[in-house]
Amino acid sequence: MADITLDAKGLNCPLPILRAKKTLRDVPTGGTLEVLATDPGSVADFEAFCRTTGNQLVETSANSGVYRFLIKHVA
Amino acid sequence: MADTQIAGDNAKTMSIIVTKGTLDWAYPPFILATTAAAMGVDVTMFFTFYGLTLLKKKLDLQISPLGNPAMQMPMMGMHMSMPNVLAMLPGVGAGATAMMKNMIKKKGVASIEELREAAIESDVKIIACQMTMDLFEYKTEDMMDNLTLGGAATYMERALKSNINLYI
Repeated sequence: MADITLDAKGLNCPLPILRAKKTLRDVPTGGTLEVLATDPGSVADFEAFCRTTGNQLVETSANSGVYRFLIKHVA
Repeated sequence: MADTQIAGDNAKTMSIIVTKGTLDWAYPPFILATTAAAMGVDVTMFFTFYGLTLLKKKLDLQISPLGNPAMQMPMMGMHMSMPNVLAMLPGVGAGATAMMKNMIKKKGVASIEELREAAIESDVKIIACQMTMDLFEYKTEDMMDNLTLGGAATYMERALKSNINLYI
């Protein structure tokens, strides 16, 4: 189970990233954030976001149009 | 502020010169600024000429199909751009603006107000061009708070230290 789940379904670029960044502040270091999104662009964007910020993208999955990202709060 | 601490002195920096103030052109600078800030980049936005409109307290952004052949909107089941002879008629610009705002909402795209708020929240430095303020006779009290007034030298100092400099 993730520490916090962010529902970003229906939101378009760049809102899923902006909301995720904001929510990460409430996730303790070492904890995880689960993001749910429907924007297909968010797949590449969350990979880039995590690579750049040093947070760890633990898991990515897609299920009937909903993308799920599990991000470990590192930085 | 926590973000600035995380970013530290080694943070990458970006500057954007914002020169356009229509609803469509307002998006690229604000999307890039807010996303960069979310990725730990120290961002400065310099608003000049028509871009200054985007710093008014009350935003009333418009879009015009006039002289804009690339603006193809979904109409009657296809995508069409509007002939100038129609685009110049009274009310057409307002209609196109309403249509665009409607689509923005429907597609889950952020409003410019929302992105501007996010920029302020994430400590994006906002500089309003003093010369344009004078030229267009804009009053400080009509402009949003959280901005600094400055000129070309203020921008240059930032740009010289930036990893990325954009002109939009």
